[in-house]
Amino acid sequence: MAEIVLMRNFSHPDSHTLNAYRANGGYAAWDKAREMEPAAITEAVKKANLRGLGGAGFPTGMKWSFIPKTHTGPVYLVVNADEGEPGTFKDRYLLERDPHALIEGMLIAARAIRCTLGFVYIRGEYVQPWRRFSAAVQEAYDAGLLGRGFDVIVHRGAGAYICGEETGLLSSLEGKKGWPKIKPPFPAIKGAFGQPTIVNNVETLCCVPPIITRGAEWFAGLGTKTQGGTRMYSVSGRVKKPAVYEASVSITLRRLIETAGGVSGTGRLKAVVPGGGSAAILTADEIDVAMDVDGLKAAGSMIGSAGVVVMDESVSIPEALMVLARFYAHESCGQCTPCRESTGWIYKMVHRIVDGRGHKEDLDTILDVAKRGAGTTICAFYDGAVGPYISYIEKFRSEFEALIPHA
Amino acid sequence: MSHGQPSTSNRASAVRAGLSDPATTISFSEAQLGEVRRLQSLYPDARGALLPVLHMAQETFGYISLEAEEYVATLFDLSPAHVHEVVTFYTLYFRERPGRHVVAVCHNLSCHLAGAPGIIAHLKDKLGIDPGATTEDGRVTFLTVECLCACEAAPMAQVDDRYELNLTPEKIDRLLEGLR
Repeated sequence: MAEIVLMRNFSHPDSHTLNAYRANGGYAAWDKAREMEPAAITEAVKKANLRGLGGAGFPTGMKWSFIPKTHTGPVYLVVNADEGEPGTFKDRYLLERDPHALIEGMLIAARAIRCTLGFVYIRGEYVQPWRRFSAAVQEAYDAGLLGRGFDVIVHRGAGAYICGEETGLLSSLEGKKGWPKIKPPFPAIKGAFGQPTIVNNVETLCCVPPIITRGAEWFAGLGTKTQGGTRMYSVSGRVKKPAVYEASVSITLRRLIETAGGVSGTGRLKAVVPGGGSAAILTADEIDVAMDVDGLKAAGSMIGSAGVVVMDESVSIPEALMVLARFYAHESCGQCTPCRESTGWIYKMVHRIVDGRGHKEDLDTILDVAKRGAGTTICAFYDGAVGPYISYIEKFRSEFEALIPHA
Repeated sequence: MSHGQPSTSNRASAVRAGLSDPATTISFSEAQLGEVRRLQSLYPDARGALLPVLHMAQETFGYISLEAEEYVATLFDLSPAHVHEVVTFYTLYFRERPGRHVVAVCHNLSCHLAGAPGIIAHLKDKLGIDPGATTEDGRVTFLTVECLCACEAAPMAQVDDRYELNLTPEKIDRLLEGLR
């Protein structure tokens, strides 16, 4: 296993407190960064090859550099802590066990983008993580770390997966329903409350302090050529030791499953979701793949939020798709017709297939609808739904057909 | 109100439809109103405080009735329709009074693989209601919900504010006994 960077403090019983964080070298990165030129911070993050760990994998330093240099008004930093991708639970651990790492990452990022106000949007269901993180913010204020040029507002969501989509999140932060916004303009140009805004994931920002203290080259060297660092893989489903595991982004899926104790149930692997519910499924033959942004892309899937869901041979793939299709039907925000309509109808069709009432043309209809709708909507939600629709059916078609009378 | 006075006719029809409770006076205390103003001043636009204030309203009034929506709308100088579209968009705002406890079982992928259907069936049996309903004695509202992101401890549920992990039928029985 690679070096432990993000979870370095987790084993300490009081890891969420300022004292424990400081005792373990916490806020040394901030002490260093506050002496650095903002552009030098962004340059270090670029050199570190840090890529967004919330889902899209966009290069973080490049994102920061999109804030218009000529802008004279406020700039906002928004932390996406609206964790909701099926199979993902890493940010919950960071909020509960190392909240000061996020605050320190925010302080450094805020200096880089010349921002004086940050928001942390935490999903409404995360009551304990919200309390933990809010207490840490209070500690940081009391210690004078916050409130001297940078303020943090902790904002609770109210239950909606779409608010994990960055522009949906911004709508929600503005007190509206969480409808995504058309891009461009991208948030870095026109984001929260109409001002340039950087939206970063919790884990992404937690990578920033170690980059500053230990150097961009060191961080880049932990990963692959195109993505630096380690990341936290959430591993669940049919494995013997479901948990969050930190590893180099160069780890293979096979090795990661072994690390999680290997396949449980029948012990024989059937399929794996490699990057959260919206990632295309991989078969047992496709797991010698590097778990970084580009490795999964080359394999026709995506690393997304690095939520790994393992399925042994006893798992029904049609049933798994039905569960995900229900999720997409429920969570579609309803703004774009292709997504609103297709997610509902596809769920009904997969449901009737699983119930043994499928029609023989259903599979081709689902594939046709999925392929035609992809890329036609305001945000990536529907594209995320299409990944499972197509891959589950194309890779396990015979399993679906076996459930359809007269197929 | 930027869009006319609060509509008493809406309120009357809502009461007729049984959607709100005419006996309840909807208003925050002075201290709460101070908190509303503090929250509104934090955001670059006061409307940013709408979700937090709706959370406060739900904690105070038990749920977000149409009257509560109208009341919150006045605090933000918004049309009640704008508050209504926000309240109805999110899953955590209750539009009817929920039970004294809320048991929300995750039925997404990892929990499904770990036996969530059995947990849901057990709860249906024990509570005598389907997901989405509240027991007749008003003790428990039973919901099925999408991924709560605690897949390492599947199957799981949220019981009020807490995550209850690695559920079994026996653990469900013990949990239910603790809910009064």
